[in-house]
Amino acid sequence: MAGAKNHQFHILPPSVWPLVGSFSALVLFGGLVMWMHDNPYGAWVFFAGVLGVFFTMFSWWGDVIREAHSGDHTPIVQLHLRYGMILFIASEVMFFVAWFWAWFNASLFPADVESIGGVWPPEGMHVLDPFGWPLLNTLILLCSGTTVTWAHHALIHGDRRGLINGLWATILLGLLFTGIQAYEYAHAPFMFAGPEANIYGSAFMMATGFHGFHVIIGTIFLIVCLVRAYRGHFSPQQHFGFEAAAWYWHFVDVVWLFLFLCIYVWGGWGAEYH
Amino acid sequence: MTDTTANAVHFEASHGEHAHHDADHMPGFFARWFMSTNHKDIGTLYLIFAIIAGIIGGGISGLMRWELAEPGIQHLEAWAQFMNPGATYDEALHLWNVLITAHGLIMVFFMVMPAMIGGFGNWFVPLMIGAPDMAFPRMNNISFWLLPPAFILLLSSAFFPGGNGPGAGIGWTAYAPLSTSGSSGPAVDLAIFSLHIAGASSILGAVNFITTIFNMRAPGMTLHKMPLFAWSVLVTAFLLLLSLPVLAGAITMLLTDRNFGTHFFDAAGGGDPVLYQHLFWFFGHPEVYIMILPGFGMVSHVVATFSRKPIFGYLGMAYAMVAIGVIGFVVWAHHMFTVGMDVNTKMYFTAATMVIAVPTGIKIFSWIATMWGGSLTFQTPMLWALGFIFMFTVGGVTGVVLANGGVDTYMHDTYYVVAHFHYVLSLGAVFSLFAGFYYWFAKMSGRMYNEMLGQLHFWIFFIGVNVLFFPMHFLGLQGMQRRVPDYTDAFADYNWLASWGYAIMGIGMIFFFINLIWSLFAGRKAPDNPWGEGATTLEWTLSSPPPFHQFETLPRID
Repeated sequence: MAGAKNHQFHILPPSVWPLVGSFSALVLFGGLVMWMHDNPYGAWVFFAGVLGVFFTMFSWWGDVIREAHSGDHTPIVQLHLRYGMILFIASEVMFFVAWFWAWFNASLFPADVESIGGVWPPEGMHVLDPFGWPLLNTLILLCSGTTVTWAHHALIHGDRRGLINGLWATILLGLLFTGIQAYEYAHAPFMFAGPEANIYGSAFMMATGFHGFHVIIGTIFLIVCLVRAYRGHFSPQQHFGFEAAAWYWHFVDVVWLFLFLCIYVWGGWGAEYH
Repeated sequence: MTDTTANAVHFEASHGEHAHHDADHMPGFFARWFMSTNHKDIGTLYLIFAIIAGIIGGGISGLMRWELAEPGIQHLEAWAQFMNPGATYDEALHLWNVLITAHGLIMVFFMVMPAMIGGFGNWFVPLMIGAPDMAFPRMNNISFWLLPPAFILLLSSAFFPGGNGPGAGIGWTAYAPLSTSGSSGPAVDLAIFSLHIAGASSILGAVNFITTIFNMRAPGMTLHKMPLFAWSVLVTAFLLLLSLPVLAGAITMLLTDRNFGTHFFDAAGGGDPVLYQHLFWFFGHPEVYIMILPGFGMVSHVVATFSRKPIFGYLGMAYAMVAIGVIGFVVWAHHMFTVGMDVNTKMYFTAATMVIAVPTGIKIFSWIATMWGGSLTFQTPMLWALGFIFMFTVGGVTGVVLANGGVDTYMHDTYYVVAHFHYVLSLGAVFSLFAGFYYWFAKMSGRMYNEMLGQLHFWIFFIGVNVLFFPMHFLGLQGMQRRVPDYTDAFADYNWLASWGYAIMGIGMIFFFINLIWSLFAGRKAPDNPWGEGATTLEWTLSSPPPFHQFETLPRID
């Protein structure tokens, strides 16, 4: 049995993607610094780095899919992937803790300065009406949580048509959410940054903005699953790529519920609605 | 721990298989070292990286001790001129801030963490739990390869404007508003992105270690039979996973405050500079346990091995680390006693901090109890482990002193604090790194280190760092400020002594490098287990060095 593998773990051949991805990240961040400091080539360098990172993701995760199809993803390896995704989501939750912390630090202890007036929401501020578009967005995301479950059940029952329809519905709802967020940002009565803005706008926009960014990532993840569903990649027994996307989508959904309650409803309570 | 794993079936350690592997699986040079998916090779890369970063970060501290050897500014202006011809006196003072920042960031993020978790964690967690590799071998490699770009960003920041001169002079803590409105220019942005990338590297590594430890233990190895080093890395990985994203958020706020005009830390816009300190230390305090917990694990194995006894109170040792990890998340504001917090908050953070002394005491006394009645020998790894126990205890005791909110009002930002955290890091974490290095050198390289050079390294280094850091307690009590290149004449003697301590330590390090190079090329061939009956964990059942892929048939633990 010399050299023969007598276990179910995944021993991988060498891969160049980690190296390519890392140095693409260097180009990306180097370019971003150049861009922020008005270097004329900054944007070009940045986008070259972004391209490298996307290329790495595409190639790397393409390898993962090929490995899954060639039978490398034994039950124990699938369990690894589950753990990996759950832990990644846990770290994402902690990332949002930082933004909520900033929000509560500002709102529970409003600063007694001219731009705030020692009250929360800051004196004279107009805020977004939480029971208009944001409530609709809440319903959209909750609804998308059910459509992704519909897709999951269809998948488990071997119904590819149902899987595809459920994914389409989820993706369209996600895009709708993003569109409404973009519309609201464009019409917000407060600003994100600059001398006219205050901490309300900064904390609001960064917390909801990072959430929106995660919605876009989740939507792309679901679109990849849709493409894979059309190609017949998923079986009722093995479809972790889909499950990871669904978990991520639920995570994004739950973060939104907290944002809606803490920032839109509670954090704007008592101010004039826009 | 050790007594149970000792019952592992001593399966074929595959000496015979080795040649076959070389032909079958060993990739060529570029593929092996730049595209690796092998936990041992990646561990080696981490160790090499950490040694290089340690030389740079240690060299910077040498510059600082050189300047601090006498009162007044001796060399700083010349160095500033060298870096930046035409530098003004203010720019020379800024260079000091750049040096302290670089020293802190390099030692924390690019020396201790890569060596402990990336180096020894990668090498020995899979071996100790009887796994063929990590759970995500390819992701393991990006955890490593993200570090060189992060290091390049940090080092390159020294050559870009940082506000008052070239380089990021913001301290490793990067407090606002010094790091926001106080330091314009790209240097600080480069440092921030360096931390973003290094943080991503560590989060991916944490995911990998947790998954590996939970799912890849050999059949029969329950968590309660798992070696303590694996326990220590497990707890460390959870601290990394949950604390680093908060730092990422904090430094992202710095970035947007600096470049886009947000108001997170800008008081005029309703923001709060103290918010930054809370976010930073919510990460920063778990971070100090991240730097010491794997050391606890290594020291446990070394002490048990050279006492020829199983570790005393195995379960207590494991859960003491869990307790330290959990409590480590709720004590952060003891770093900020002087920000003007109310007395009840100070009382809570004082009390919570002191509670950590309990599990830490469990560990210290269990190491002593392990040695009690043991058949002790004092080879180099054991000397480092003993040095660790003594010196970490000193650092721990001064930590209890500083934990008092009232006392700390006097001590804050003095050299007493510098002495304290160097006793737990330079004489704690670094001693445990050397203990692990000498303990496992034979296993990693296949050759024995030179015992005489190793012991010379230990004794000279031990004397050096104590001469270097012990006087700092007195300087701090007398009120000498940290992070200042000049001081009053009254502090001259102890500073002179401390700088000589650095020189002694540096001589000790020469013996380390001689030993390293000599042993790699001319060291005696190492047996599978050079330490005898005391070394009972699974890595000693393998050849030295282990085959390229070990445990192709999983070991069984009874």
